[in-house]
Amino acid sequence: MRLGGCSALAVALHGEEVPKAVEIRGVRRRFRIPRGLFGAEETVLALDGIDLSIDEGSFVALIGPSGCGKSTLLRIVAGLDVTDEGTVEVAARARGEVAYVFQDAHLLPWRSVAANVALPLELRGVPREERDALVKQALEEVELTDAASRYPAELSGGMRMRASIARALVTRPKLLLMDEPFAALDELTRHRLDERLLALWRAHRFTVLFVTHAIFEATFLAERAVVLSGRPARIVHDAAVELPAARTAATRGEPAFARAAGTLLASLEQGAG
Amino acid sequence: MSGSRSFTAVTLPPFVAAVVGLALWEGAARALSIPAYLLPPPSAVARAAVGDAPALAGACVTTGLASLAGFLASAVFGVAIAIGLSSSRVVERGLYPYAVALQTVPIVAIAPLLVLWCGAGPRAVTASAFIVSVFPVITNSLAGIRATEPALRDLFKLYGASRMQVLLKLELPHATPQIATGLRIACGLSVIGAIVGEFVAGFSEGSPGLGILVMTSYRQLRTDLLFAAVGCSALLGIVMFGLVSGASSLVLRRWYVAAR
Repeated sequence: MRLGGCSALAVALHGEEVPKAVEIRGVRRRFRIPRGLFGAEETVLALDGIDLSIDEGSFVALIGPSGCGKSTLLRIVAGLDVTDEGTVEVAARARGEVAYVFQDAHLLPWRSVAANVALPLELRGVPREERDALVKQALEEVELTDAASRYPAELSGGMRMRASIARALVTRPKLLLMDEPFAALDELTRHRLDERLLALWRAHRFTVLFVTHAIFEATFLAERAVVLSGRPARIVHDAAVELPAARTAATRGEPAFARAAGTLLASLEQGAG
Repeated sequence: MSGSRSFTAVTLPPFVAAVVGLALWEGAARALSIPAYLLPPPSAVARAAVGDAPALAGACVTTGLASLAGFLASAVFGVAIAIGLSSSRVVERGLYPYAVALQTVPIVAIAPLLVLWCGAGPRAVTASAFIVSVFPVITNSLAGIRATEPALRDLFKLYGASRMQVLLKLELPHATPQIATGLRIACGLSVIGAIVGEFVAGFSEGSPGLGILVMTSYRQLRTDLLFAAVGCSALLGIVMFGLVSGASSLVLRRWYVAAR
């Protein structure tokens, strides 16, 4: 019931007229984990009553300790996993309207960068000419035009992740789900990708649900931060990030940035303890 | 420069070993006057190889064609069976034990059946080559398909890919390195299967294969020709292996670009 309060807070912050991209109500998810040799199982509660309502066009960070169920929640929103209780409504339901970026780039090694980016269009049967134009545009947006004909194994980690983002954006999705996409990259590369992602979001205004365990990254990127507790995950903090919308690399050095990050850290620690 | 040196470094030791080994064999056979029907010296084997070159070449072609046909059947049916087994866990559980059983029954025991069904001759020999070589193709292809990364499956699911799209654009390309491994094992086995098949089923009107040549030279105590035929079998296996390895490394070049 405490959770109802959180979502009421979100409504108060954002107003009620804005259409919702995602509406999550009372979601619970259990997993059965095998224990021992003879088929014995243990039930683990991953998500314990999640209520979350996400405005269309907003950038929401989902923060929580490792293994708390953030990814599970994201997979449920993507339709890749099911709920045991509760409902999830996603406004964007047509093929290609929801895009997912994994923690690793997960490109197909036997395809060139351009062919990887073209994959979602190919699976939907988009005609070749239209496909080529969309791929070209997506590659330009992540500055990978020069690497179009190269293969994933020839690229750096940052370039692979940019290709992965281009693949996600090529269908012009309405909802972009990102599961710790930059966690495996070095700090500088991650900063650059964060800035590029923000620029793309400002240009296209898709809704972003960004899972991370990095507080500074969440603070820099998100309009709104939702903090989950350790397993079983409950929402322990849900508030707007108190920073101006126009953020640049310099924002990371400002006192307001440190304050906003501090708030998130405090609620993360409270949720973990 | 360093390239040619490493080529020499790779080819010289086995060459030297062969020369020394053959010289010792020749020397021992002469010095101890071992009867030629027990252990003919390499020079006698070489003479037999030259003297019976037409018979050996014909045998290589006969056995080679049968193993190639058996191998191609293994490649096609092995991958197809793996796709079928991978389509559902129930199907796999139901049928996989029999694939294993097929593998454990000695081919020599099945060969008479093959003669009954196909008649003595190339068809039975090809069937024998197929039965011996199909199993590694099935297991390796199945393992490759099963090992497809779950995240990539999720990606295809997210974009509403059909079963056929998942198979053709994800599972088969993903399993290609493992399928290639299966094929490399299978091509050597197909030569073994063909020769064993010939022991039982190889007698027919056409040009006799290597298995027949081994049997007849054994019965005539032509041990020199027997050695030459064994050498040809090994050569045939090596050629098959080289062809399949070469073809697979051409296909897999993109996969291993990272290893360059």
